[in-house]
Amino acid sequence: MADIKKVAVIGAGVMGAGIAAQIANAGVDVVLFDIVPKDGADRTAIAKGAIDKLKKTKPAPLMHARNAKRITPANTEDDLKKLGECDWIIEVVIERLDIKQDLYKKIDKHRKKGSVVSSNTSTLPLATLVDGMPKAFQADFMITHFFNPPRYMRLLELVVGEHTKAAQVSRIRDFGDRVVGKSVVDCNDTPGFIANRIGTFWLHAAVTEAIKQKVDIESADAVLGRPAGIPKTGIFGLLDLVGIDLMPHVLGSMIGALPKADAFHTLGPAPKLMDKMIADGYTGRKGKGGFYRLKPNDPKKTKEALDLQTGEYYTAKRPTPSAFKAGKKGGLKGVVSHSSKEGAYAWAVLSGTLGYAADLVPEIADHIELVDRAMRLGYNWKYGPFELIDKLGTAWFAEKLKAEGRPIPKMLEVANGRPFYRTDKGKHQYLGVDGKYHDIQRPDGVILLEDIKRASKPILTNRSASVWDIGDGIACFEFHSKMNSFNPFIIHLINKTVDELPKRGFKGLVIYNEAPNFSVGANLLMLVLTAKLRLWPLIDWILKDGQTAFNRLKFAPFPVVGAPSGMALGGGCEVLLHCNALTAHAETYIGLVEAGVGLVPGWGGCKELLGRNATAKTRKGGPMPPVMDAFMTIATAKVATSADEAKDLMFLRPDDEVVMNRDRVLAAAKTRALAMAKNYQPPEPFTYKALPGPSGRAALELGVRDFAAKGMATPHDVTIASQLAMVLTGNKANIIDEPYTEDDILKLERKGLIALAKTPQTRDRVVYMLKNGKPLRN
Amino acid sequence: MKPVVIAGYLRSPFTPAFKGELAKTRSDEMAAQVIRALIKQTKVKPEHIEDIIMGCAFPEAEQGFNVGRLVGFLADMPLSVAGMTINRFCGSSMQSIHIAAGAIQMGAGDVFICAGLESMSHVPMTGYNPLPHPDLYGRYPQAYIGMGETAENVAKKYKIDRNAQDAFAVESHKKAAAAQKAGKLKGEIAPIKTAAGTISEDGCIRHETTLETLAGLKPAFNEKGSVTAGTSSPLTDGAAATLVCSLEYAEKHGLTPLAIVKSFAVSGCAPEIMGIGPVGATNKALERAGLKLADIDIIELNEAFSAQSLAVIHDLKADVSKINLDGGAIALGHPLGATGARITGKAASLLVREKAKYALATQCIGGGQGIATILEAVK
Repeated sequence: MADIKKVAVIGAGVMGAGIAAQIANAGVDVVLFDIVPKDGADRTAIAKGAIDKLKKTKPAPLMHARNAKRITPANTEDDLKKLGECDWIIEVVIERLDIKQDLYKKIDKHRKKGSVVSSNTSTLPLATLVDGMPKAFQADFMITHFFNPPRYMRLLELVVGEHTKAAQVSRIRDFGDRVVGKSVVDCNDTPGFIANRIGTFWLHAAVTEAIKQKVDIESADAVLGRPAGIPKTGIFGLLDLVGIDLMPHVLGSMIGALPKADAFHTLGPAPKLMDKMIADGYTGRKGKGGFYRLKPNDPKKTKEALDLQTGEYYTAKRPTPSAFKAGKKGGLKGVVSHSSKEGAYAWAVLSGTLGYAADLVPEIADHIELVDRAMRLGYNWKYGPFELIDKLGTAWFAEKLKAEGRPIPKMLEVANGRPFYRTDKGKHQYLGVDGKYHDIQRPDGVILLEDIKRASKPILTNRSASVWDIGDGIACFEFHSKMNSFNPFIIHLINKTVDELPKRGFKGLVIYNEAPNFSVGANLLMLVLTAKLRLWPLIDWILKDGQTAFNRLKFAPFPVVGAPSGMALGGGCEVLLHCNALTAHAETYIGLVEAGVGLVPGWGGCKELLGRNATAKTRKGGPMPPVMDAFMTIATAKVATSADEAKDLMFLRPDDEVVMNRDRVLAAAKTRALAMAKNYQPPEPFTYKALPGPSGRAALELGVRDFAAKGMATPHDVTIASQLAMVLTGNKANIIDEPYTEDDILKLERKGLIALAKTPQTRDRVVYMLKNGKPLRN
Repeated sequence: MKPVVIAGYLRSPFTPAFKGELAKTRSDEMAAQVIRALIKQTKVKPEHIEDIIMGCAFPEAEQGFNVGRLVGFLADMPLSVAGMTINRFCGSSMQSIHIAAGAIQMGAGDVFICAGLESMSHVPMTGYNPLPHPDLYGRYPQAYIGMGETAENVAKKYKIDRNAQDAFAVESHKKAAAAQKAGKLKGEIAPIKTAAGTISEDGCIRHETTLETLAGLKPAFNEKGSVTAGTSSPLTDGAAATLVCSLEYAEKHGLTPLAIVKSFAVSGCAPEIMGIGPVGATNKALERAGLKLADIDIIELNEAFSAQSLAVIHDLKADVSKINLDGGAIALGHPLGATGARITGKAASLLVREKAKYALATQCIGGGQGIATILEAVK
């Protein structure tokens, strides 16, 4: 099986360019095609413009600005011969059959033998797309449906035709999974495949029911949001984000493609209100506003909501429907069975959507787990529809439908009161259409902690962390405190782990968890309380305790591999800096953000980042450059926006591994730990030569003074920067002093942090962060 | 007194740091190419040259060691030609002319190359290893004050508003653009060969700058201030060189003197308003020359900032029409160590072009200093 070295993407719109960017992120060269513009001298201007736009778009489609260089612009008139260099050709042009088929003929003329051709269509059936094309083309053709934005949405729907060659399918499945980092879900060749079929129904139902039942949009988003595990943008917020003008188009194609008997038709066409909004330019965030908007010409940026009945905007209110409150106690069931208007609304939308999904298996996918996975990864639902039904109870759900005289969906009949998922002998199983339970199959080489947890008991555990045996002598340290924040329980278990693992025959440790964020840092509440009581020696002890535990990881007699995904901030970053190697998910956001809460890193973050800068091969001469680089990163609380960027900031070492697929991080980290375990020697501690002391501190303070004048640093920022400068320059160090040790810098970290904890401004920052979840600029 | 003359002046194109065409070129390389061209143009015999006096504001990294000597090697000068590096920040290469003039007076040499260089792309302002004296910084922080802050201080003290600063900058660009268009800058530029080809045009001049475009810029140094990137000289890469010799030597060896060095001076002022440095230095130099400012026909005033230039013009009561005929540093750029040689060489060549009698070249200097040179036409 020839691997894929070069990819062509035809169509440089938002999706096409986004797909090209993600493939470039994966380290693969891409040729991005679009048509020749009607006017202008540059015949490749459209593709070039799309690449330029990638560099400016937020959230960033590129994991590193330099990845844009892997994308070559091209046009579909002069450059089609370049298709001959490509192993995979992805068509992402407008959803018009005639245009697509015309393009396929051109592609077939220029592509190399054995190359794969796929379409990113979201609605057109595969059978229609390849109708009339040669057999050889059909054998190499499939649908690969990415979700927007392609970098961040983990779903890749794969639809295969009856003539598609199996080898080509596994080639793309493997590449999409391992290289591009997507979770590949096999779908049947039906309109909208899995995620958009159910997702569009859900969005459409939410809007039409809200209008019908006169529920305001804030309440609608509140009852359908958190209780159902739907992202906090809510439904109306999501429509604003994707663009309201997209809806009639998508609805139209679904309504056109689905058979008359399909329940989709019961929802009716797009509401008139939406047509009016689009006609008036209220297309969402990209237009004048959408269901929500910021009040025009209002310096306070008041959030307004649209009255679905009158079409007028009003000041959005904090939604507190009683049904939402009921959800806090009674969960999803509490919400949908609440007697209020909002409760009835939630039931109408969810029963419709979940019931629809439960009727679509095996039509759209062979089994329910594929459907749930597609909705989680394609629409960011926390739970798939079948998992949500399990929360309500299949029997309860069926009963309620029956009581309302509604038909019972197919899969609910199959379930017949049994749950859709169960754990049996440590195996997670789903209910098949055959009425039997089947093990959930993971792709080859994937290890998930959730599977290990189901099948075994932890080696060590307490309320905030656990250690698991992941096989072959490797253990996995998992945080499970609130938001994975560090507390004394975690520190205690780190110490115990370092003591216990060698005794129990383990040869390596991976620090990993499957929460959305690796760790958001230390538990600040404790700091505020101890600072309020002026228990400075206690703070010093807490810091020392953490420093010691992290250093024990660094110098343990076995290798420690950090395997983060999502945010790794503050203490979460510091623990990673002490790991002997990292195997990071590409979507890892690392940073020492302590300055945001008025502190300096106090668990070895300064020590490690200074040490890395001082020993970097690329460092410039003299005592100041490493100090200045570490200072800039910490003082401005820089957070890397990808693992790749984290290498620039030295949070990752040059040889640390980056894994594109979230599900493959643990397996890769384990492999790394096993490789390192052979003849393992703990690292030598850093020594810090020629620290510049007070002179260096003066230089840094001079720079901060300019920042403050420019309005880029607040008065307390200046104070924090001064303490940070004290730590990183070695306080009273003199250039000719004996090199400082790690312990010397750790002492200074504690000194700096305690000096800051004593200021009321730092305490204000911490309290503000705990209350509002964002930094106070004082 | 032995009359000392400037008998040649050339410079590299001045291009914006980091994004200009010379951003990747080392400054010692630029300086060496300028000196080769100057020798070719003036036809001075290299073996007669006593010393290369090289000004540089941040003499470290690629500009480190004794870059004056190294440039001599790069330019294939005879080994007998010495070389030194001197630093008076922005006044460095004007100072090198003063040193040569003094040496000639002492009979310590006949011909000197007085040059300056700076790659602001390669060596940052403050250098790679700023290490201020912590006690001095504690009790007298203005000793290390940033240049932008001094411009704000001057603007405040002299009540120079944003509009006046913008207008001054527009004027500078207008004059420089006109000079460039008319080919008036060509004669002073030695093209520089780089890996990417030969560079022969200045890169900082903005032909299209208007009051409206400048009015849109945000303050660059103080959020509540009035000094913007548009009213500051840009970070620039470049090198400049003059040939300085006794009038007697020039006549004997067939060189063409441009101007006689009539007098010069340096002076100190408060570092926090370093921009007014030219006032004290100019007054001293005028007095030493026995002249009044009204006697001066041509003025090259280094435009570190609009605010600072306007304050100097105000204090000296200078005639604006005599100042920076072909534009100043706001438009042309200000590669710190090279600027002194540029404006002194430029003033000398303008004396010839404009058939004038006296010229003044003067600059402000970080840390609170001024430097000035008065030139007289050769009869």
